[in-house]
Amino acid sequence: MRQIRTYHEVGPAGASIPEQVAEQQERLSRRLATVRSLVGVASGKGGVGKSALTANLAAVLAAGGYRVGALDADLNGPSLARMLGVSGTRLVVGDEGITPPVGAAGVRVVSMELFQERADAPLRWKGPDADGWVWRNVIETGTLREFLSDVAWGELDVLFVDVAPGTDRIARLLDLIPDPGALMVVTTPSEMARRVVARSLRLVREAGVRRAGLVENMTGWVCPDCGAHTDLFERAGPALDDDAIACWGEIPFDPRLARSTDGGIPFVLSQPEAPAARAIRQLGVRLLEELTP
Amino acid sequence: MKFLCLACDEVMAFAERQIPGDGTLTAVFRCPGCSREMAMLTNPYETQLVSGLGVCIGGRTVPEQPLELMRTNLEGGRADAFIEEEEAASLPTLAGDVPRGGAQARDPRSRAVAWSPDALTRLERVPSFVRGMVKRIYVDWAQERGIVELTPDVMDKARTELGLEGM
Repeated sequence: MRQIRTYHEVGPAGASIPEQVAEQQERLSRRLATVRSLVGVASGKGGVGKSALTANLAAVLAAGGYRVGALDADLNGPSLARMLGVSGTRLVVGDEGITPPVGAAGVRVVSMELFQERADAPLRWKGPDADGWVWRNVIETGTLREFLSDVAWGELDVLFVDVAPGTDRIARLLDLIPDPGALMVVTTPSEMARRVVARSLRLVREAGVRRAGLVENMTGWVCPDCGAHTDLFERAGPALDDDAIACWGEIPFDPRLARSTDGGIPFVLSQPEAPAARAIRQLGVRLLEELTP
Repeated sequence: MKFLCLACDEVMAFAERQIPGDGTLTAVFRCPGCSREMAMLTNPYETQLVSGLGVCIGGRTVPEQPLELMRTNLEGGRADAFIEEEEAASLPTLAGDVPRGGAQARDPRSRAVAWSPDALTRLERVPSFVRGMVKRIYVDWAQERGIVELTPDVMDKARTELGLEGM
């Protein structure tokens, strides 16, 4: 058999794809150099209130004087633009990148919703009609990379990344940002949610994320008259927190939270003394403590 | 990917890219030793896969634009999603809470390259979701080559070289 030099034995000429990918990664690193802490908010399970929690957490820290950004990484089900009151805003394109719109309490926001003509349209990409699975994931990961690296986030204390449901989406974030400042995993007390979230936590442990915390959302309902707490779900399923991943907070259910936040005014700003708002504030304090070296 | 000329044992260098318009791509590579050429032809899936990485086969000749991958590939992009810094600075007020820092200075690239009326008419036909980005790409490309006026012919040349299908 004749000897033919292998890929790594020949020089750098050719399609130059690895060099361009490396440059993309360098650009991402340069952009995030002005972000003190990137915090992923993930779940693995949909419908646990992750986006509403992200919006409120971002707003409560921004209202406290911190410089905060919120990136909606749920490309197929974006909601942060609406929740933080920037729907329909135009984005300024400059030499430094895209200037993110400024929403509630001063949070800088980027969400796929800002780029789509119709808010109720499914996310569609140009390309061959059939077999979209071949390339769709590649484009969506690339889009997330662009949201991180091409947006002029500026100096930020915290950049929240609202990760789409699905354990694979957590892996996708960690592919781009192997060492986030922190990762919060949100669950509800329901057995089904806890079983799914257990998978996410396992991934987070195996990835060796330095600071990861569990947040239990919709833990119960607090009566506004007497203050009595009623569980919404029967607590069941596997134990989720341990020495490596502690529970950072429990957020009670409040129907006004969804109403207010869905209307573009984070609940922590409209009802700051409600038990759920106080719990989110406490969670914000805990997060800041965790992020403090 | 790399292509090795077995006769010369030299890596072939990227020479030319063509976009036939049917989703496929043609990339020509040339041996620096014997000048033998070969064309790599990709099918639409392969083209899209490479495009999805946000890279250009053979390397980039102009800088990547902000959100270029998303803007180039998104179906149903919002027509008024973007506003150029220069345009934003000229508006007396702007809806929303858009920071204006640095927007007062005119983009020096816009002044360095002129647009012929025909070229501007053609640019107007580009969907507005990507128009600003495409304009920047043409200007960058022209500046790289010392071209002072963008005409439809120049746009054709840039479009072919850069693979700006449909732009």
